[in-house]
Amino acid sequence: MKRFFLGFALVSLLFAGVLSYFASSDPDGLDHVTEQQGIAEHAREHPLADGVLADYAVGGDDRFTGIAGVIGVLVTLLLAGGLFWLLRKRSGASG
Amino acid sequence: MHMSDGLLDAPTSLAFLAVAVLGVGVALARARGDLDDRTAPMAGLVAAFVFATQMLNFPVLPGVSGHLLGGALAAILVGPWVGALCVTIVLVLQSLLFADGGVTALGANITNMALIGTAAGYLVALALRGLARRGKGGLAAVAFVSALVNTVLASAGFVVEYGVGGQGGVGFGTVAAAVLGVHVLIGVGEGLITAATVTAVAAARPDLVHLLRGAPRKLELRS
Repeated sequence: MKRFFLGFALVSLLFAGVLSYFASSDPDGLDHVTEQQGIAEHAREHPLADGVLADYAVGGDDRFTGIAGVIGVLVTLLLAGGLFWLLRKRSGASG
Repeated sequence: MHMSDGLLDAPTSLAFLAVAVLGVGVALARARGDLDDRTAPMAGLVAAFVFATQMLNFPVLPGVSGHLLGGALAAILVGPWVGALCVTIVLVLQSLLFADGGVTALGANITNMALIGTAAGYLVALALRGLARRGKGGLAAVAFVSALVNTVLASAGFVVEYGVGGQGGVGFGTVAAAVLGVHVLIGVGEGLITAATVTAVAAARPDLVHLLRGAPRKLELRS
């Protein structure tokens, strides 16, 4: 059980930390369509666009995408895992 | 598929924030039934996996990419209620930590990817559960189709929102054709990733695949 969970976490860390450097930087389907059709002109800048981790970089430097990704995985795991652990049904005598 | 702020007018953004709050509230109330000492850590890991995999944009056309949404994947592995929460948490973190996806657009983005996508993907998977239980090939096929439908219907959510209160005055049919068309292609990628992930988990720990678990409690339909 522990080994599977550890492996699963490791895959996510590898995806976000390493494989993310090989991701396509082209706009995704929705961004592409809204840009083509002039809808994106109405987009406002993100209020947190100056955040340290904005756009999966660190301080605007996307050489650190992997670090931003690893931080994201860990924060997601902590937040989601914590919420789900609190929400779970307690088993009185779990084996 | 994260829309920025400003693409929808304020009343529409607000309306879909209400939809999102309602939907996530229902998911929160129902999630408990699917969470125990074993599945709660799994659900946290699924959320982390969805976050990581959403970073991996793959090319679908020259100059156009797509990425996993993860609703069907999460629903197959941890059930629809917990699955919707997994995607919601990812979307909130992406917007507030990584400036990916607008803040006033968060309600619409959650509605599309966490609610519509997850619900659509799960309903397809549920309808095909018999096939999914027939072995690896069946499970892979069910995961693929559920994920494809999840992507296309999530993008249809945007089309509807744009029709209700989108900026720029582009015709509904024009937006619909372009958005749905490209998301069929992205859905194929989503299907492949989902099929690979679900079959890998099922090979190692079939007990951690929600869709493969014993028959769910019967719904009380008698009045």
